[in-house]
Amino acid sequence: MNFYLVQFLAGLASAASLFLVSSGLSIIFGVTRIVNFAHGAFYMLGAYVAYSLTERLSGALGFWGGIVVAALVVALVGALLEMLLLRRIYRAPELFQLLATFGLTLAAEDLSLLIWGPEDLLGRRAPGFRGAVDVMGLPFPSYDLFLIGIGPLVLLLLFLLFRRTRWGVLVRAATQDREMVAALGVNQKWLFTSVFTLGVFLAALGGALQLPREAVTHQMDLRIITEVFVVVVIGGLGNVVGAFLAAILVSELNAFGILIFPKISLILVFLVMALVLVIRPMGLLGKAEGPTRAHASAAAPWRPLDGSVRLLVMAAVILAALLPFAAGDYALSVASELLIFMLYAASLHFLISTGGLVSFGHAAYFGLGSYGAAIAVKSFGAPMLAALIAGPLLGCLGALLFGWFCVRLSGVYFAMLTLAFAQIAWSVAFQWNAVTGGDNGLLGLWPAAFVATPARFYWLTLALVVPAIAVLRLIVFSPFGYAFRAVRDSQLRSAAIGLDRQPIQWASFVVAGTFAALAGALYTFSKGSVFPDNLGIPLSVDGLVMVLLGGIETVSGGIVGALVFKALSIWLTSQTDYSKLALGALIVALVVAFPKGIVGAIEGLGGRKVRP
Amino acid sequence: MSAAFESPAVLGLAVNKLNAWYGQAHILFDMAIEVKPGEVVALLGRNGAGKSTTFRSIMGLVPKVEGDISFNNVSIAGLPTYEIVRRGLGYVPEDRRIFTDLTVEENLSVGVQPPRPGLEPWTPERLYDVFPNLRELRGRQGGRMSGGEQQMLTIARTLMGNPSLVLLDEPSEGLAPKIVEQMADIILKMKASGLSLVISEQNLHFARLISDRVAVIEKGAVRYAGTMADFQARPDIRDAFLAV
Repeated sequence: MNFYLVQFLAGLASAASLFLVSSGLSIIFGVTRIVNFAHGAFYMLGAYVAYSLTERLSGALGFWGGIVVAALVVALVGALLEMLLLRRIYRAPELFQLLATFGLTLAAEDLSLLIWGPEDLLGRRAPGFRGAVDVMGLPFPSYDLFLIGIGPLVLLLLFLLFRRTRWGVLVRAATQDREMVAALGVNQKWLFTSVFTLGVFLAALGGALQLPREAVTHQMDLRIITEVFVVVVIGGLGNVVGAFLAAILVSELNAFGILIFPKISLILVFLVMALVLVIRPMGLLGKAEGPTRAHASAAAPWRPLDGSVRLLVMAAVILAALLPFAAGDYALSVASELLIFMLYAASLHFLISTGGLVSFGHAAYFGLGSYGAAIAVKSFGAPMLAALIAGPLLGCLGALLFGWFCVRLSGVYFAMLTLAFAQIAWSVAFQWNAVTGGDNGLLGLWPAAFVATPARFYWLTLALVVPAIAVLRLIVFSPFGYAFRAVRDSQLRSAAIGLDRQPIQWASFVVAGTFAALAGALYTFSKGSVFPDNLGIPLSVDGLVMVLLGGIETVSGGIVGALVFKALSIWLTSQTDYSKLALGALIVALVVAFPKGIVGAIEGLGGRKVRP
Repeated sequence: MSAAFESPAVLGLAVNKLNAWYGQAHILFDMAIEVKPGEVVALLGRNGAGKSTTFRSIMGLVPKVEGDISFNNVSIAGLPTYEIVRRGLGYVPEDRRIFTDLTVEENLSVGVQPPRPGLEPWTPERLYDVFPNLRELRGRQGGRMSGGEQQMLTIARTLMGNPSLVLLDEPSEGLAPKIVEQMADIILKMKASGLSLVISEQNLHFARLISDRVAVIEKGAVRYAGTMADFQARPDIRDAFLAV
C-alpha cells in the first residue's frame, strides 16, 4: 500500500514540469492560435541554460538564481523569436506556424549539440532538497515534494494573473475574440509578445526544474512535446486548469502504467487520450472552437490538367523512365526514394488540401505499410509482391481504425489526435520486440530477384507510384472528391445538401492512409530494413514540410514539395553534420518567404487563374 | 491621399474613393462619407449593401482597402486598428461580440483608453448612469445577459475608450421595440455629450429618431446623400434602395 502512495507522489512530482510546459503552450495557443511545436525546445533549452548557470554559480542562491535566470534568458530568446519570426506569419494558415516552430525545434536541437556537446549532462542536486524524507516508512526524494508544491503554486499565480490584472483580462478577452480586442484600442502585437514570452518562460522553468531530477539530453524536446500535446488535448486547449488536471492524470498513468501494464505503458496515455476525445471532443474543460476560419473562399477553382500540361507530365514520366540509362546505382536508389516520398507526400497532400484535414501523424500509415510488408516477409515468408500488398492492407486497416476516431474531431484537435495515434503505432513497433524487432528493427528485406538491381527496382517503383498518384488525382476530380471538398469548405452547407461529413472524411482518410502505406511498403524494400523511425514524428513532419513547400492550395503541390525537400535533405545530410540546423533554418526561411508554397508562388508569378 | 487634404479643413471623419475587397471579390466602389463633429449620420441600406464593410474598412479590419480615410484632418488609412481607436474613433460591431467569459466590469476594462482633451472622460459609474441595467449586472458574465443588455454593454465598452466619433453597426438589430426606443434615447444622450456618430441601419423609423443626415448605400456605393429632412421628402429614393 505504502509503495503505491510513494508511486502516486512520484507521479505528482512529474506532473509539475509537465503542467508548467503545458500551461505555457495552452496560454500561447489561446491567444495567438499558434500551436507552438518549439515549446519542447524551449523546455530543453531551459534545462541546458540552467545546467550551465548552476555549474558556474555556487551556493543555494546560485542554484535557485540560476534556475530562474535560465527561464528568463530562454523567455527573452522566445520574445525575440516572436518579434522577428512569428509576427510575420500570424496571418498564415495554422499549418505554416506549426512548421515554422518545428523548424525552430530542429535548429535548436543542433544548436544545443553545438553548444553543449553530445553527452547527457547531469546537473547539481538542489540545495536544501538533497536527501529523502520518510513517507510512511519509505524514502521519498525531498526535491519531489518541492515539485509537488510548485504545480499548485504556479496554478494559483496564473489564476491571480488572469483574474486580477488588466493584462490578464486582456489575455482572456483576446482568447475569445482577438479582432474585437484590437477594435477596442489594444495593441495586439505586444499582447501576443507578452503572452508568448510568459508561455516560453513557463516551459523553460519546467525544463530548468527538471535539472536535479534527470539528465539533460537532446531528446528532451520531442519527448516532452508529445506528452504536452496529450495533456493540452485532454485538458482542453487554452484552459490552464484543464492542463493542470490532465498533467496529473497523464503523470499518474505513466507512474502506475509501468507497474500494472509494463508492456503497454507507452501507449496507455494515448489510449486514455483517445477515450477522452471520443467522449469529450474538446477535452475535459475545453470549449467548442469558434467558427473555423473560412477556407480561401475566393480562390481560383481547381481544374484537371489541360492538354499541354498533360503532355508535359507525360514527357516527365517518360524521361523518368529513361533515367536508368543515364544514371548510376546510387543516383537510382536516391531516385527511387524520391519517388516513394512523392507518393507519401501526395497522399498527405490529398488529405490536407482536398479535405482540409491536417494530419500530424501521417507517418503512422507509411510505417504500417513498411512493417506490414516486413512482417509478411519475416513472419510469414511472403514473397515481395505479396508483401507489397500486405503493407498497404495493414495501412488501410490502421487508417480504418484510427480514422474512425480522428474524423470525429476537426482542426487542431484532429491534428493532435492523429499525432497521438502515430505515437501509439510507434510505441507498438518500439515495444513489441518479438514481432517488430523493437528498436533494432527488421533487417535483410531485399527486393525479389527480378527487381534486384537498382535500375529494376526503380522501374518497379515508378510503375507503382505514377499510377497511384494518378488515381489520387482522379479521386480529387471525381464526385467523391467534390463531396470531400464540399465538407471541407462548409460543413453546414454540405450537410444541407445531404452530405454526411464523417463517412466522407473517414473514407478519404483511409484512401490517404492506404497510399501512404504503399509508399512505406516500397520503402522497406528500397532500404532493406524497417525501424520505428518509419512511424516517427519527424517523418510525419517531413510530410507536412513537403506539402507546405509544394503549396497547400494546389492540387498536386505535394509532389513538387517532396522532390525538392527530399533531394535537399539528402544533399544536406551528405554535406554537413548539422543538417537539422540547416534544414530547420531552411523551413523557417521558406515559411516566411513563400507562404503559398513553391507551386503557389510559381502560379502567383505567372498570374494563372487555374491551379494545377 | 491628397484629395482629403485639399478639401476644406474640417474636423471629423472624411472618407473618399474607398474601395475594399474580400479575396477577389470587390465589395466597396468609391465609397464616400463625411461626418462633422457633433453630427449623427445614418448609413442606410439593405443587407449586403456594404454598410458593415464600410465600417470595417475604416477601422482597418479589411485586409485589402484603397482610398482616403481621414479623421480630424489626419489620414488614418493603413494604420493598425488599435492606432485608429486611440485617435478617438470608436467602433461597435454588429452581432455584439462581447467577451462572454468576462464579467460586465471586465468587459468595460478591456475598452479603457486615456481621457481625450475636451471630452468628459467615461468611467464605469458615468456609464451606469446612462445604462442603468449594467450597474446591477456588473458582476455577471457577459454570456449570461439578454441580447438587449449585451448590445448596451458593447456600446458602453466602446465608450470606455473615450472616442470622439463612434461607428455603430446596426444597434437596433434583433432588439424588442421597447429596447429600440431606449437605444434611441441613449444615442441621443451620446450625441448631447458631444459625440459624433455614424449608425448603419435597416430600421428607418429608428434612423429617423436619431440622425441629422443620411447616406443611402447600395451595391457598395453611396446612391443618395442628404439631410434627414430632405430624405424624408424623397419616397422614390426610399422605395428604390431600401424597400424589401
